[in-house]
Amino acid sequence: MVRRLGFYAVAAWVAVTVNFFIPRAMPGNAVDTMMAKYPNLLPAAQKALDVEFGVGHQGSLMHQYWVYLGDLTHGNLGLSVNLYPASVTSILAQTIPWTLALIGTATVISFALGTLLGILAAWRRGGWLDQVLPAFTFLQATPYFFLALLAIELFSLHWRIFPIGQGYTLGLLPGWNWAFIHSALYHSILPALTIIVTSMAGWMLQMRNVMITTIGEDYVLAAQAKGLSSRRVILAYAARNAILPNIAGFALAIGFVVAGALVMEIVFSYPGVGLTLYNAVTSDDYPLTQGIFLVISFAVLGACLIADAVYVFADPRARTRAAS
Amino acid sequence: MTAVSPSLAPVAVAPSRQRIRSLPLKVKVGGGILGSFVLIAIIGPVIAPYDPSATTLQVTPLPPNLHHLLGTTASGQDVLSQLLVGLRSTVVLALMTGLIATVLAVVFGLSAGFLGGFADEALSLFTNVFLVLPALPLLIVLLGYLPASSGQLPTAIVLSALGWPWGARVIRAQTLTLRKRDYVAAARESGERTWRILLFEILPNEVSLIAASFVGVVLYAILTSVTLAFIGVSSFSGWSLGTMLYWAEGQSAIQIGAWWWYSPPGVAAALLGMSLVLLNFGLDELGNPRLRDTGQRKVRGRAWRPSDPTPVVREGLV
Repeated sequence: MVRRLGFYAVAAWVAVTVNFFIPRAMPGNAVDTMMAKYPNLLPAAQKALDVEFGVGHQGSLMHQYWVYLGDLTHGNLGLSVNLYPASVTSILAQTIPWTLALIGTATVISFALGTLLGILAAWRRGGWLDQVLPAFTFLQATPYFFLALLAIELFSLHWRIFPIGQGYTLGLLPGWNWAFIHSALYHSILPALTIIVTSMAGWMLQMRNVMITTIGEDYVLAAQAKGLSSRRVILAYAARNAILPNIAGFALAIGFVVAGALVMEIVFSYPGVGLTLYNAVTSDDYPLTQGIFLVISFAVLGACLIADAVYVFADPRARTRAAS
Repeated sequence: MTAVSPSLAPVAVAPSRQRIRSLPLKVKVGGGILGSFVLIAIIGPVIAPYDPSATTLQVTPLPPNLHHLLGTTASGQDVLSQLLVGLRSTVVLALMTGLIATVLAVVFGLSAGFLGGFADEALSLFTNVFLVLPALPLLIVLLGYLPASSGQLPTAIVLSALGWPWGARVIRAQTLTLRKRDYVAAARESGERTWRILLFEILPNEVSLIAASFVGVVLYAILTSVTLAFIGVSSFSGWSLGTMLYWAEGQSAIQIGAWWWYSPPGVAAALLGMSLVLLNFGLDELGNPRLRDTGQRKVRGRAWRPSDPTPVVREGLV
């Protein structure tokens, strides 16, 4: 476990360092682009941007790097140029809850449902669920945004069941009142459904394939020979072990979850981190872009860490390895 | 080859055809679809009936008709021509990415697995760090800095820089097991150079893994490049499946219900992805016989599934 913690520390350091070097390694002068695009920026802002992106004489690269690290530890990510003078940190504080609430819920539902259906498909091998599984792979192979567009076309434009994008009805003030919460929930149903439907197939497939291999194991045969009911054999003996690769895979899948979330927010104009990142990139708002990338990286690393901890909790072998 | 041969002759004459026939259905279907897409990518721009960018004075998109088999866009561009021309750049980008990323995966995976020790630790750490870095946000940020007119190659390089770690991990694991085999030890004892052992003793035994990781990267490249082009962060000069969707969305093809405009590129991308997924499943089944479809068996007239207890047939005892 200490080893894993060390790994995540290295990964976090790499993310921070990549974030530092991208603007310096890329062709062109990011500050000039921004100054040309936003003539109302004050000279003080240019100075700050020069420092942030290492333009002009800012001392050695090492020195810049230390200043950058120092700023980070204080949570100082600079100011957005597009929404000047809002600080990147404050913009993030507004958008993160939206993303976290929607994506968190959708991911948990998709994982649980997919795993359960995978168990069923392997149990009833060759049954109807197993037969329609290839259809689910079609969902996995289609670009997510295309499915989302079709969903908007059908449910929002054609049948008018769900609203067209946005996080809540315009004109409502965000707050803890019923009208707002109701509106936010209503607006989140379609985006959440598209994410669940598209990401479920992966969990389902992996679970099915591991289950089929597990069902062939001797201890499953032994359980059957004892005369236990099929349900008990499947759930308590086979599925309990077959779920381990799914949990281990969770950490690796989080990257895809985040990717899906970003695109979802762009397609649905959902007011989360993804849409903000998109707006920042298209409006050349480099400080905001980088701040968001950093936050997403840390969120992904954190989620991986949690998945690892759950794995150690679920698999006794990993526990003994961790202890020794 | 005189008296015994007649019954064996057909097998001896066409072993390759036999082998193709015994491939899993998924490989055949997937390979077939993929092959026809590659064919279109090669000849598409030649057989395209119109110039994909040529506009007319009309202001509404025309539904499919005899002159325009897939209809037109709002400015009168022929959708079929856009599709035929656009497929090439999407397929080329995906194959380019697949090639670069697979080479990277093989280099990192092989050397980490074969060298072992400190080199393995360092290379594995490097691979795993790349694996957990969120790819799409990083791609958006990187491509945001690239000038819009920088063409296909930089995009392919950026895509492959983030697409190789999956393959590298699998190849490393396989190399670790192969490294300890006797034949590798024999090769080493007989004084073979390291690079020769790697290239001629170990690599040929990993061809199926490398093929699978190539297919996986190509799928990732297609989905990601189409997505990036659609949201408009990669270059949108020229036609590809992604830029077709970008322009269709930008000119609200969906809101006005012009399904012939926005569905062809989406369906094409989906079919392309589907063929790759099928191919990968097929490769999986080749390697792991347990996954092959056995379906249900019947024991004495009653359905029996592999997960059920071993059937005990009572009547047989009498």
